[in-house]
Amino acid sequence: MYDFEYHKPGAIDDAVKALGADAEAKALAGGMTFIPVLKQRLAKPSAVVDLAGLGLTGIRREGNALVIKAMTTHREVAMSSEVASAIPALAELASNIGDRQVRYRGTIGGSLANNDPSACYPSAVLALGATIVTSRRRIAAADYFQGMFTTALEPDELITEVSFPIPEKAAYAKFPNPASRYAMVGVFVAKTAAGARVAVTGAGNDGVFRHAAMEAALDQSFTADALKDVTTPESLMNGDIHAGTAYRAHLVGVMARRAVMACK
Amino acid sequence: MAQINLTVNGKAAHAEVESRTLLVELLRDQLHLTGTHVGCDTSQCGACVVSVDGKSVKSCTMLAVQAEGAQVITIEGLAAADGTLHPMQEMFREHHGLQCGFCTPGMVMSGIDLVESHPDGLTEQQIREGLEGNICRCTGYHNIVKAIAAAWPLMHDKQMPQAAE
Repeated sequence: MYDFEYHKPGAIDDAVKALGADAEAKALAGGMTFIPVLKQRLAKPSAVVDLAGLGLTGIRREGNALVIKAMTTHREVAMSSEVASAIPALAELASNIGDRQVRYRGTIGGSLANNDPSACYPSAVLALGATIVTSRRRIAAADYFQGMFTTALEPDELITEVSFPIPEKAAYAKFPNPASRYAMVGVFVAKTAAGARVAVTGAGNDGVFRHAAMEAALDQSFTADALKDVTTPESLMNGDIHAGTAYRAHLVGVMARRAVMACK
Repeated sequence: MAQINLTVNGKAAHAEVESRTLLVELLRDQLHLTGTHVGCDTSQCGACVVSVDGKSVKSCTMLAVQAEGAQVITIEGLAAADGTLHPMQEMFREHHGLQCGFCTPGMVMSGIDLVESHPDGLTEQQIREGLEGNICRCTGYHNIVKAIAAAWPLMHDKQMPQAAE
């Protein structure tokens, strides 16, 4: 690992300033992706700004929204009675990220800032139409994700919390890579007052995306059967050594039907 | 260089580390606690699992500076001063939960976390899922799972409830 300066500010403003003052500085959340990246020398930040001292953990209900602060760990989301009663699909999703040790340290804010094309959380944020709250503004999910590993965040902008509108029902179905446990295909399905929403992670060649054809079919009838003739274009799929584009396109349908059946 | 203070196996520890020093490097190279192993460089194998503030953590994926003020327990901190093994270590021996032993320190630390965080009972399924972050390349996991299940009644000082979830 290349060496760097380490900062652990105690206030969000100080963290933003530290990142703004140095274009090569990077923020550290749970570190479950970032530290392996540093170990592989795939990044060479001049400074690392540790966000652990900013008090950004906690989960609360705010009217018809569930608000999760950025440094809340996957384990905390998975174990939260607040999450289980408001959006059980989100607790289920968090309980299957990585492994036990990853869930103890990995955070929702870190996952969303990184926007790995195979990460689980982006599908929930997009399907539920969540709002990403940052140190300077509120960003709608539709504007936030801008392709794999790319987001609307500025270099000195930090996610502080994520606000999820509570759906009528929802579920997430994931086909994990057996080694990394990242989603080879993950589909988050939600039934909201404004209609059905379907977001797919792990499969697309440009990161997480909404599946308009599936949403239209589910608006007619919110059943797994309604999806049986809906196809997913192979040209939109990612292909790699783990799964080709045809296989991933097929899996999107299978996971979507499983998610619809599991909705609660 | 940064000065850090933490507690390791119940004793105060002070060290001077680089920002990039990993917790496992501090433990092995500076504190000479070489029971914690490094089996990969991709954060996948779990041989380096230690307890940090009561949670099982991959010490190869945490900076030493992030452990400032933390309570760290390694495999060396489990047995009693007279050499009596921790119940989890004893059950790994009893059930032959190891072959080459390389993954064992991480397996034992993860096993303890699993048992402690499931006070109402622990199923075989929960043990197998709980070990997803620990890789064994010798024996398979069967005897490791048996050892962890057998340690549960000893660590909680009661019978394992039937069909516990």
